[in-house]
Amino acid sequence: MFSTNNMLSITNLQKKFGSQNVLNGIDLQMDKGDVVVLIGPSGSGKTTFLRCINFLEQPDEGIIVLDGEQFSVKDIQKKEISRIRRKTGFVFQNYNLFRNKTALQNVTEGLIVARKMKKTAAEKLGRQVLDQVGLSDRYDYYPHQLSGGQQQRVGIARAIALNPEVILFDEPTSALDPELVGEVLAVMRDLAREGRTMIIVTHEMNFARQVATKVIFLDHGEVVEEGTPEQIFEEPGEERTRQFLRSVSHRG
Amino acid sequence: MSERLWELLLQSFGQILIPGLTITIPLTVCSFTIGFMIALVAATVQVAGIKGLKELARLYVWVIRGTPLLVQLYVIFYGLPGFGIVWPAFPAAVVVFAVNTGAYASETLRAAIESVPKGQWEAGYCVGMDYWQILFRIILPQALKTAFPPLGNSLIGLVKDTSLAATITVTEMFMAAQRIAARTYEPFALYCETALIYLIFCTILTRLQRHLEKKLRME
Repeated sequence: MFSTNNMLSITNLQKKFGSQNVLNGIDLQMDKGDVVVLIGPSGSGKTTFLRCINFLEQPDEGIIVLDGEQFSVKDIQKKEISRIRRKTGFVFQNYNLFRNKTALQNVTEGLIVARKMKKTAAEKLGRQVLDQVGLSDRYDYYPHQLSGGQQQRVGIARAIALNPEVILFDEPTSALDPELVGEVLAVMRDLAREGRTMIIVTHEMNFARQVATKVIFLDHGEVVEEGTPEQIFEEPGEERTRQFLRSVSHRG
Repeated sequence: MSERLWELLLQSFGQILIPGLTITIPLTVCSFTIGFMIALVAATVQVAGIKGLKELARLYVWVIRGTPLLVQLYVIFYGLPGFGIVWPAFPAAVVVFAVNTGAYASETLRAAIESVPKGQWEAGYCVGMDYWQILFRIILPQALKTAFPPLGNSLIGLVKDTSLAATITVTEMFMAAQRIAARTYEPFALYCETALIYLIFCTILTRLQRHLEKKLRME
């Protein structure tokens, strides 16, 4: 039932916080190279859904098939979680760079400690990915010496250095000053062009329209509508989607 | 002030300072080093929630913080010989001061570890690190930076607390001063002089602490 290119398929993902349903059975199919953009009002469950994919939150129900390997979320083992994390990268809203490490060390830490890569090889790769995100002059800077946009680009470099199958972006530009948003989106656009498989939670509708292969509109923990950017942005089929898009376009 | 008193103070300065350098400082350094290691263990087993060890650490902190240091010294040095455990005074003092400092420092460390944002843990998990790798490589270095000023205060407190070791026959600075005072009948001058030497020690430490804090902030 999956196409042979299937990279990630999620079936009936459910999550409760206490007695409150946050995710009411979410499904998602994506192929290698797809860029899925999740949109929806705050509190709709977008971020929780993203965090459930690599078990930063423990989902209650559902099945995840990632790169051909099936995981049942309910009684998942620690080892399985680390296999999922090995195949996914995560970019945080507040960057979450290791504050005691330089930009380069932020990128190499996972390579050396978790992937057991030799230090020299890790540093070579680290410099390469930092160059890729335009930070070739910031290797030895600590996070607090970098602007928000630069920190987030280090965050992206840290994720791609591990060469994950899927990169998860949790509102990567929401904490940034407006004039710094562009540089981060530019890096993400490059990644999309390279054919990286990405899931992006964002409020940047123009960006979504440009890079997404698929847009999913979430509300109250369920998928209201999904489709190509043209379908969702030009002719949304659901009233709730139309309402949401109107409300964000008014924001200016 | 009479010439005799001046001469006495000058003479005794060295006689008090020398046990300060040879006993008070080694006692402080040994106790604090061991205490710090105890604190690291007691704090991490609590943060990691290791069953059994966590409860043991809580019990330890509770008992030590809830009883006077002087009483702890007496229990170990005068109490334990009743069970056939006889200690020389210096190691007994080191053990008591280390255990005492460790209890307070472990609370400082625990709070500092818990003050590191959750996102630092999450970022570590996302790049594939495990719990202990994140704790030792990411969280603790940041926590130690936070804990540095309060730990410095504990160290300065310990310098002064070592004067209590005089009560279990350790011939540190205060004991030396007591002996001279008893011999010369000049308690006021001699104890003020002793206080001055403690003040010098602590001033040096305070300066050092401030300097290191500045350096840490620059990083």
